[in-house]
Amino acid sequence: MVKLFNNESIEKIREALKKWEKETLPLSLQRFPERMERFTTLSNIEVKRIYTPADLADHDYFEKLGLPGEYPFTRGIHATMYRGRLWTMRMFSGYGGPEETNKRLKFLIKHGETGLSLAFDYPTLVGIDSDDPMASGEVGICGVAVDTLKDMEIIFDGINLGEVTTNMTINPPAPVLLSMYVAVAEKQGVPYDRVGGTTQNDPLKEFIAQKSYVFPPEPAVKIAMDVVEWSVKNLPKWNPISISGYHIREAGSDAVQELAFTLADGIAYVRHLVERGMDVDEFAPRLSFFFDSHINFFEEIAKFRAARRMWAKIMKEWFGAKKPRSWWLRFHTQTAGVSLTAQQPWNNIVRTTIEALAAVLGGTQSLHTNALDEPFRVPSELAAKIALRTQQIIAYETGVADTVDPLAGSYYVEWLTDEIEERAWRYIERIERMGGMIEAVKKGYPQREITETSYRFQREVEEGKRFIVGVNIFVDEVEDEIRNVPLLEIDQEEIEARQKERLRKIRESRNKAKVERALAELRRAAERGENIMPYVLTAVKAYATLGEIMGTLKEVYGEWVEPPLI
Amino acid sequence: MSNYKVLVSKLGLDGHDRGAKVVARALKDAGFDVIYTGIRQTPEQVVEAAIQEDVDVIGVSILSGAHIHHVSRLMKLLRERGLNVPVVVGGTIPIPDVPRLKQMGVREVFLPGSSLKEIINVVRRLAEEKRRAEQQA
Repeated sequence: MVKLFNNESIEKIREALKKWEKETLPLSLQRFPERMERFTTLSNIEVKRIYTPADLADHDYFEKLGLPGEYPFTRGIHATMYRGRLWTMRMFSGYGGPEETNKRLKFLIKHGETGLSLAFDYPTLVGIDSDDPMASGEVGICGVAVDTLKDMEIIFDGINLGEVTTNMTINPPAPVLLSMYVAVAEKQGVPYDRVGGTTQNDPLKEFIAQKSYVFPPEPAVKIAMDVVEWSVKNLPKWNPISISGYHIREAGSDAVQELAFTLADGIAYVRHLVERGMDVDEFAPRLSFFFDSHINFFEEIAKFRAARRMWAKIMKEWFGAKKPRSWWLRFHTQTAGVSLTAQQPWNNIVRTTIEALAAVLGGTQSLHTNALDEPFRVPSELAAKIALRTQQIIAYETGVADTVDPLAGSYYVEWLTDEIEERAWRYIERIERMGGMIEAVKKGYPQREITETSYRFQREVEEGKRFIVGVNIFVDEVEDEIRNVPLLEIDQEEIEARQKERLRKIRESRNKAKVERALAELRRAAERGENIMPYVLTAVKAYATLGEIMGTLKEVYGEWVEPPLI
Repeated sequence: MSNYKVLVSKLGLDGHDRGAKVVARALKDAGFDVIYTGIRQTPEQVVEAAIQEDVDVIGVSILSGAHIHHVSRLMKLLRERGLNVPVVVGGTIPIPDVPRLKQMGVREVFLPGSSLKEIINVVRRLAEEKRRAEQQA
């Protein structure tokens, strides 16, 4: 046991505190009464006036912190962190058709982004084609429309997939989109062992928060784990899953819930893979995570540090993983879309900067910074560029990346890290008692917790207990002008017509017998409970559409209809 | 007199249901009978639910940017079915789209930052108007 402070020092500090409370504090309180009766973080954790070594009296350095690159990784997963390599600047982007998105990716690469990240439109996210009646009016708005391999070929035209890594925010249709990516890489002559990137492929948080679910929980997890198993065996550089707290947070949870529900999802996946007969050390190094970085600065940093420590413990102690790499919690971060305001939108640049800084001080592996026009639409070129420049300024000008985990040892940050960890464990225990996250999701437990928290937060804002500049404090009387930022123009009807036309031509020109055979084999494989990935890949290469492949799987696995809970 | 009845619905494919649920909860707490349809509703489903439940106000939440498309279909369908239920829309609506929605017959558009109090007041006023009009008819 290596304690940060010896008992004698702690005693002296406690005595000094008592004296301070009696002599120094009252004078100050008299002159400057405190702004609030109770100060709390966004997770409703009460924040004390001052933290001292006395708050870390029992803190064991090696148990709680250790050194970077060593268990429990609180200080970071790499020994040198950003001194060696900066985080990957990975801007979530995509809109319109594949042509517009190809142009946007090249624009961002030109301006220095170091990893790609694709945003898909809603029809793609829920696995239907652009010519499906349900897709009408939604094609190409919130992301890029992808119907067949042809679209993916256009998106990556002139971009060498052996030289970039790409994140794809795709969930139920992950097997299809990954197959398309792999097929494009093959066409470019890139060998499998050089194909790098991430599929989000995290079905449980779809039920909890993001709500682009398709299949019921059990088959959804089965299909996602097919992707993990296939990738581990075929694409050594691929992160087949990104276990995501981001959407949980954006749906209205607090930081503790985000952390707890995300790790509980991770536990469910590890269990499934182990039950499948896989060795934990074979797949665990390929698991990755994704968190939100919200505006309550220190709470977010504490959350990231607690996340690493908790996951390391889960993998080592619960699942008996032996390889240190299996204990790593590697994560991507996105600044909080939900913290941005439509009012006085230029202020969003400042919010994003603070949140990005928290992610960096929390040791993220990659980062997306939101654009100032996020409350309205997918970003304009200018807004996306400012967001990217924000990361570059943090990386190259501020010096915050020059030493590892610079906030370690802050009495407050360490106390808060412990507090968040403690609260998150309590949630995880509750979920374990319910039989794990799949059962908890079916009971609607995390969904209800999130609804409660978001409702509470909204009331606090309206009661003036929480402030949002431009919303309930420093409000502009007349704000039409300032609310009008130049937005990206999307000719939605033209894009939808273009997608439908391309789809029509492909349906006409492809080898129909080959498509039908591939879909029939996929169906049989799904019915037999085999790993579907090789069959999806064959279908994709025959230019079967996203909707056809997902439709085949829906016939076998069924569809999820959410009971509407409020 | 029975409680005012409000339909809260998510039109289109987007899954951003935080706002809709918060508003539904607030309306419920304010004494309304609230029917929440859940996500991924088509205009046909919304109209059908409005008829089935005989609601006083229809509230629609859209955060996908497809509001013009979906709401114009909804309003057309309401007219075709001869349904005179006031419609309010909330979500990430850019200011220039507000007059377009109102031209279609939407009674109120709640932009980001609208308060629950404001929403409750408007919904109550529209429900009162509707009931009064029905009594006079």
